[in-house]
Amino acid sequence: MADSPLFQALHMEMAHALCAEQEKGLAALEGVGFRVGQGLSERLTKEMPSFKDELDVLKFLCKDLWLTVFKKQVDNLRTNHQGTYMLQDNQFLLLSQLSNGKQYLEEAPKFLAFTCGLVKGALCNLGFDSTVTAEVAVMPCSKFQVVIQKS
Amino acid sequence: MSRPTNRRQDNHKIDWHLPSISSSASAHHMSRELFVLTYGALVAQLCKDYEKDEDVNKYLDRMGYDIGIRLVEDFLARSAVRKCRSYSETVDVIAQVAFKMYLGVTPSVSCSNTTENEFFLMLDKNPLVDFVEELPAGRCSLCYCNLLCGVIRGALEMVHLAAEVTFVQDRLKGDDVTEIGIIFLKKLEDKKHKRKK
Repeated sequence: MADSPLFQALHMEMAHALCAEQEKGLAALEGVGFRVGQGLSERLTKEMPSFKDELDVLKFLCKDLWLTVFKKQVDNLRTNHQGTYMLQDNQFLLLSQLSNGKQYLEEAPKFLAFTCGLVKGALCNLGFDSTVTAEVAVMPCSKFQVVIQKS
Repeated sequence: MSRPTNRRQDNHKIDWHLPSISSSASAHHMSRELFVLTYGALVAQLCKDYEKDEDVNKYLDRMGYDIGIRLVEDFLARSAVRKCRSYSETVDVIAQVAFKMYLGVTPSVSCSNTTENEFFLMLDKNPLVDFVEELPAGRCSLCYCNLLCGVIRGALEMVHLAAEVTFVQDRLKGDDVTEIGIIFLKKLEDKKHKRKK
């Protein structure tokens, strides 16, 4: 899905436009991603049985959601079994157009905010509050850190 | 009268209006869904950030323009259309090739009786509003799909055609149909084949 030229064009334009004028551009981008994450996870899980536990939900994100949206599964999922997860995508689709290596590294946050929101929104729809942050050391490898908030 | 052959009815119809991500859903349909969902979320976010409908409309148009000036390259590369020799040919290409390629629909084209260089694209089906039944409360002047106008305008500008593109009718606003109006602003001269760079 995210490989469609229309989506890519929209995502790139959102990253530029929302961050250019608004102070809270990254938050706005995350907000857009959040709504999409809610809707998408609703649709994807419609006919699925409910999840066993938190880890099951994260696995769904890494496999089904990631595959549907980014055309591949997350490469690596790590957890401390205390609510913190790290999702690593070595060829993150939305960054692969930008560069390989260290070029445009400072631009990376703009291109990760939507996806952070997407993950957060998906988790919210499935009953979990979370904070999601992302980091990039070398493009296009991205690491998304998810911290599930204990209620 | 011969009996019909014993064929099992297919009871598992896929309701395309409620897409479920199953392996039998078409790839085209799915690839557009993320775009449609994202577009809706973007409009919702802009409505949150901008009080006036005109501001949201302008923002969408400008974003569309920026997208259009780049998307046209993707379009020309993938469609291999020949250079159009008239406005009418250009609009046909937009309706039958571009809309089909990106949104999976083919608006019908008509031209104005009174104004030369004015054309209309009537969108019978509009995937952008697949999940939208009505405009958000208090947003009656919102041109929900205004991004499309900007995209068309930007794309046309990259092929050296200046045009005004607006929604002249909008089902979401209570009109019978949804229609985009394209007014070409300059007369298309019969230039010798001139390629820049």
